[in-house]
Amino acid sequence: MRSPESPVLTIEGLIKDVGPLASLDGKMLRVVSGLSLFAERGQITALLGANGAGKTTTLECAQGLQKRTGGHIGLLGEDPDSAGAGLRSRVGVMLQDGGLPPSARPIPLLRHISGMYENPLPLEPLVERLGIDTFARTGVRRLSGGQKQRLSLAAALIGNPEVLFLDEPSAGLDPQSRQIVFELIAELRDAGMGIILTTHLMDDAQRLADYVYIIDAGRNVAEGTVAELLSHGHDAMDGITERTLYFDAPAGLDIAGALGSEVTVTESRAGSYSVSGTLTPQHLAKLTAWWAEKGIMPVSLRLEARSLEDVFLDISGRDIR
Amino acid sequence: MTSPLPVLETKHAGPAPLFRRILLQGRYETITMIRNGEQLILAIILPLLALVGLTVTPLLDGLGSSRVDIAVPGILALCAMSTAFTGQGIATGFDRRYGVLRFLSTTPLGRTGLIVGKILAVLAVLVLQVLIVSVVAALLGWHPRPEGWLPGLCLLILGAAAFTALGLLVAGTVRPEATLAITNLLWILLGALGGIVVPAERLPALAQNIVHFLPSGSLGQSLRDAFLHGTVSLPYVVVLLLWTIIPGAAAVRWFKWN
Repeated sequence: MRSPESPVLTIEGLIKDVGPLASLDGKMLRVVSGLSLFAERGQITALLGANGAGKTTTLECAQGLQKRTGGHIGLLGEDPDSAGAGLRSRVGVMLQDGGLPPSARPIPLLRHISGMYENPLPLEPLVERLGIDTFARTGVRRLSGGQKQRLSLAAALIGNPEVLFLDEPSAGLDPQSRQIVFELIAELRDAGMGIILTTHLMDDAQRLADYVYIIDAGRNVAEGTVAELLSHGHDAMDGITERTLYFDAPAGLDIAGALGSEVTVTESRAGSYSVSGTLTPQHLAKLTAWWAEKGIMPVSLRLEARSLEDVFLDISGRDIR
Repeated sequence: MTSPLPVLETKHAGPAPLFRRILLQGRYETITMIRNGEQLILAIILPLLALVGLTVTPLLDGLGSSRVDIAVPGILALCAMSTAFTGQGIATGFDRRYGVLRFLSTTPLGRTGLIVGKILAVLAVLVLQVLIVSVVAALLGWHPRPEGWLPGLCLLILGAAAFTALGLLVAGTVRPEATLAITNLLWILLGALGGIVVPAERLPALAQNIVHFLPSGSLGQSLRDAFLHGTVSLPYVVVLLLWTIIPGAAAVRWFKWN
């Protein structure tokens, strides 16, 4: 585990029980059991995990929205459970479900929230930067998922926070919104903001995060930079890494027969193949020679090293939750 | 090329003063309430229709010299119930559903500021209602006892407090659809049979015994005492206080923010 230099958030042994639940015969359900992490200033820290892993609960305990059952949380050195307006003014929160009143219009809403701060960000550049000016006259109720997310992000940022919590920031984002939002998040990190986000998308973590905590069943099961996590479980000495070759070609080809049993071949959809395992140049030669012999030209072809998704599945198991 | 946001450049200045945060929230909630068409119908149109209805029909005949004098205090009480209980309850219920309460409680406003803001909005809308109802009532020939105004307005505020506490209790404990159903149903039931616009003596025997212990009956009856006779009946004040304190404490205890 790394040691904190300039932490904005420290969580040690967090425990959170909810209930009592009728579905558990009136017993409490432990949603978070002994989770520890910290987040640095000027870094993006990602909590990566499947739905129900306890990511949102962890964030909400850190934000003071839920009272923890046990453990210690320090948010900018203070206990979020007894936080006053002073601490809240230094922390920006973007909730998973937005938290915006449906009847509100974007600009008056942002202006209202900015009034809660002594020295908020100027509205204009934020609105322009997130493209909110393009839907400024539309009520929140009629905004698209991506527009809502951008407005929620603006609402979290208007107070110029030192710490920013983003719960599933890419949920519902169209590619264009995603680009806008991700660029801004990276820029805020570079400006020195401490950013903590949750995601169940490996791609988000891979693109954004400086440090990743993989969360499973309410505890952290692995952590590291994306590069560290990608090398997890590999013998760095022999230089062999797992790769996957994806290609689209006519359906029903006997690729496994052509390549032998050292690699795993799957045809996920008709004509959509993946070959994974410890691929060597010989495998590629064999495959292309076989294509040449059969007169097959693939429609697409892509080779990928091990993805964060593989790491995640290795660690948290392949069972579907 | 987009220009970078001026984040973190300035020294962090902290939250706006508490007073300003609460006033801002009160103003915001008031504007939201007034802009909501359904709320306006409930808060202004229906009470005015009831006022006109009670003035032109013989329903209140025999209870005093002037129909409108008997009707207006009850209409004012109905206004308090509309805004503080039904309107505010439904709005809070849906704010809770959409995560608005959770989001705003992470801003410097906080949970307390949020609730105080809602109470301010209820009072602001109530002031508007009293003004409008008083003007219309004056046109219909309303002559309240001048000494009734001070206790009358105090009782209205106390009644609004009781109905706000009840509205928050409902909104904070059940789903918003249920809040909608419960607060609308109670508005109709209490409005018709709760001793609020129709004095207890004109109600069925069974209701007569109960209404004095209800917030509707005690507010309606005490406002009639104030504006018709210039008197304050302490038992009604006690009933209203209890309806403020007990649901208020229950709301503090059981209100769910998510």
